[in-house]
Amino acid sequence: MQPDSDQPLLRMRGVGKAFFGVRVLDDVDLDLHPGQVHALVGENGAGKSTLMKIASGVYQPDAGTLELSGKPVTLPDPRAAQAAGIGIIHQEFNLLPERTVAENVFLGREPLRRGLVDRRAMQARTAELLAGIGESAIAPQAKVGRLSVAQQQVVEIVKALALDARVLIMDEPTASLADHEVELLYALVRRLQARGIGILYVSHRLTEVFDLSGRITVLKDGRRVTTLATAEATADTLVRHMVGRELSHYYPDRAAPGSAGAAVLTLSAAGNGRLRPVDLELRSGEVLGVGGLQGSGRSALARAVFGIDGFRTGQLLLDGVAMRVRSPRQAVRAGIAYVTEDRKGEGLALSQSVLDNALLAQRAVTPRWFARNARATTVRELLDAVEVHAAGTEQEIRYLSGGNQQKVILARWLAMKPRVLLFDEPTRGIDVGAKAAIHDLIRRLAADGAAVLMISSELPELIGMSDRIVVMRDGAIAGELPAGSSEEAVMGLATGAATNTEVTA
Amino acid sequence: MNKRGWRLPQLDATNGVWPALAVALVVGGSLVALDGGSLFSESSTISLLQRAAGLGIVAVGQTIAILAGSLDLSVAYVISLTSLVAAETMAGSDGMVLPAIGAVLLVSAAIGLLNGLLITKLRINAFIATLGVGLLIKGYLEQGYAGPAGSVPTSFQHLGYDRVGPIPLSFLLFAAVAAAVWFTLRSTRYGHHLIATGGDLDVARLSGVRTDLVLIRTHVICSLCAGIAGLYLASRLGAGAPRVGAEGGYDLESIAAVVLGGTVLAGGRGGVAGTVGGVLLLAVIDAVFNQLEVDSFFKQMVRGVVIVAAVAVYALRLRRTSDQRKAAVA
Repeated sequence: MQPDSDQPLLRMRGVGKAFFGVRVLDDVDLDLHPGQVHALVGENGAGKSTLMKIASGVYQPDAGTLELSGKPVTLPDPRAAQAAGIGIIHQEFNLLPERTVAENVFLGREPLRRGLVDRRAMQARTAELLAGIGESAIAPQAKVGRLSVAQQQVVEIVKALALDARVLIMDEPTASLADHEVELLYALVRRLQARGIGILYVSHRLTEVFDLSGRITVLKDGRRVTTLATAEATADTLVRHMVGRELSHYYPDRAAPGSAGAAVLTLSAAGNGRLRPVDLELRSGEVLGVGGLQGSGRSALARAVFGIDGFRTGQLLLDGVAMRVRSPRQAVRAGIAYVTEDRKGEGLALSQSVLDNALLAQRAVTPRWFARNARATTVRELLDAVEVHAAGTEQEIRYLSGGNQQKVILARWLAMKPRVLLFDEPTRGIDVGAKAAIHDLIRRLAADGAAVLMISSELPELIGMSDRIVVMRDGAIAGELPAGSSEEAVMGLATGAATNTEVTA
Repeated sequence: MNKRGWRLPQLDATNGVWPALAVALVVGGSLVALDGGSLFSESSTISLLQRAAGLGIVAVGQTIAILAGSLDLSVAYVISLTSLVAAETMAGSDGMVLPAIGAVLLVSAAIGLLNGLLITKLRINAFIATLGVGLLIKGYLEQGYAGPAGSVPTSFQHLGYDRVGPIPLSFLLFAAVAAAVWFTLRSTRYGHHLIATGGDLDVARLSGVRTDLVLIRTHVICSLCAGIAGLYLASRLGAGAPRVGAEGGYDLESIAAVVLGGTVLAGGRGGVAGTVGGVLLLAVIDAVFNQLEVDSFFKQMVRGVVIVAAVAVYALRLRRTSDQRKAAVA
C-alpha cells in the first residue's frame, strides 16, 4: 500500500540543468510522497544522475524549484541537503572500512561529553537506529570492513537516518549485492517505507522497480516522458517509454540450430581450488550462456580459462591441442579474450584515453612500435564499428557512459582477433539502448566464427542470447539447457531445485 | 548485547610488532649473552631507552601525519633547526630556558603550518611539499652554520641525562607524548576526523569533516613533535647541531618505525601504540648490534631486511583477509 498524502515530501518543478551549453535536464517535475517508493528509470544519459545530484545538493539547477514539505528550498551543497533531511545512498559506499559502524554513522557529528567523544552514547544511539529498522544483528562496534556488502549498505542507510533523513535517494542499490541479499534490501526498503520515509529509487533492473515502487517516472534525453502508477505499467510499456522499442525486440536472432562449428575450447575434468572438475565444449559460431547464482563458480570458470587463477587439474584443449594457460598473457596470445565483470576495476585504465584503453591488449602482447600508426588507425576503425560515442579518441575514458566504456573494451579485444571470447556480465550497469548494441555485437562475433561464452545473472539476457545454457552450482556444472529454456528451468538448476542434467523447457 | 569476555586479541598488522619485539629481545638477548655481554644490564637498558626516546617522539608525530594520509619529510631538518633555536636562545643562561622552549614550539608550529598550507591550499603532494620545506631549512642551516652553535645551561641538561630509577626522563617524555597523541586519536573529534581523513578524504569531506583543517592541525602537531625532539637533542648535546637531524636519519627512520608499527602508508589504519613498538624494535636491534660491535654497514642491512620483511608480512596478511572476504562474497 502506498499512502499518498496530499503534501509531497519532495517536489521538483520545472527543473533544468545544462553543462557547457548542453542541456542535460529540461523541465522535469517530480513528486515524492511520504512512505512512497518512487522509481526513476531511463537510459544512461537520460538525466537520472543529474536529477539525483540536484536533489542531493551536488549540482545547482539552472531552472525550476525544489520544495521540501511545501517549503521552497535551495541546496547549495551536499551538507545542506543532509541538513534538510535528504540522504543519498551511492552505488559506491561512503564508508570507512577501518572504522566501526558507530564511528561511521556519527562521522563528522560525534557526540561529545565534557569535550571528548562519547563512545558509549555513540554506540547506544547507533544500536537504537539499527534496531529501529530491524537490523539489530549488526553490532555498532563492529568494523565496517568486516561486514558483508549488504550490511555495509544498511550502515550507509543508518548513517542517512541518523541525520533524520525523510527523503532517501538510492542509486542502483542492488548493483553490488549478491542475489540472496537483494531480498534483505527489499525488506529494509519496505520497513523504511512504513516509517514514512520517501524513497527515490534509481535502478536499471525493471524487476526491482516493479517489486518495490508505487510510482515510476521515466526520463529520456533529459525530459520526463511520463509518470505512472506502477500498477498500471508493464515492462513493455516502460521500455517503450525509455527507448521507444518493445521488449521482444531486445535480442538478436540466435544461430540456426546445428550451425555451430568445431569445438574451439574443450575442458575435460578441469578444476582448481574453486572449481570442481568441469567438462565443457565451446564451439565456434555459438553463444554459450553460463548461468548460476553469484558465487557458483561462473567467474571462477572464466578466470581459470583466461589464466588468472588457472586450472590445477584436468585438461584445457584449444582447437584440440592440450594447453596450459598460466597467465592472461598466454591466454591472449592463444586467442582468448575476457571482458571482466568489474569494468572499472579490472577492465579500464580510467584516467587514460579511449584510444589508450582500446590499444591496451595489443600494446601489452605485441609491442611492435613500428606498426603503431597503422594499429591506431585500425583501432579507430574498430571504435567506429562498435559505435563508441565519445568526444574523441583522446577523451579520458572515465567520462564515457558504461555502455560506451564496454564498447571500447570490446574494440580492444576485437583488435586481437580472438577466437574465444569470455564475457562476464557484459551489460551490467549499462542502459537499455547500449545493451541492445552490445548484444548485437556479441551475436555478430559469433556469426563471424568466434566461440562466445557469456556469463549473465540477468535471466532474460541469458535466455535471450544463448544458443545453449550451462548452469553452475557450487563450483560445478549443474546441468545444460537448450536455447529458449524458461527462467524457472535455469533457476531450478541454479538453486538445486532441479537436479537432472537435461531439463527441457 | 555488549558481551565482554577475555579472548586472545587477533593478530594483525596493527599489533604484529609486539611478537616481533619479543623475538628480537629473546634472540638478541641470547646472542649478546653468548658474546659474553648482557642486553638487559642497567647501562644498556638505559642507553636503549634513550635512543628510543628521540626517535620515538618524532615517530609519534609522523604516525599522525601518515594516519591522516599525509607524510612529513621535513622532520629531520626541523630537529636540527630547533636544536639550534633552543641552544642559541638559551645561550647558557638558566633564565632563558622557558623562552627558548617557547621559541622552539613557535618555530616548529610555524613550519608545520607551512607544510599543512602547502598541502591543503596549494594542493601540493605531501611528499614534495615537506621535502621542499625540509630542503629550504637545510639550505638555511648550511648557509648559516658550519658546526655546533649556542649552548645549553646545565639545568636544561637534566632532560637529557636524568633518570627516574632505570628509566631516563627523556623516555618518560616520549611516553607522555605518545599517550597524549593516543588519547587524542581515541577520544577527541579531531582524532576521529583525522583517521577518517586518512581513510578516505572524500568520505570524510562528504560527512562534514573539514579535512583541510584536520590536515593542517596534523602537520602542526607533527612538527611540534619534531621540535620537542630537537629540544631533547639540544639538551643531550649541550649545544645546537645543524646536522643532527639529517645524520640521525630521523625522517626515514621515523617513517620506518611507523610502518613497522603497522600503520598503513596510505593512511586511515594504524595507531600510536604500534609505532611505540616499532621504535622499541629498532632500538633493540641497534642495541644488540652495538653490543656485538657489528659493522655498521651490516647493521643497516639487517634493519632494511627487518623493515621490508615486516611490511611484506603485513601486506600478505592483508591480502589473505581480503581474499577470504572476496571468496565469501563470490
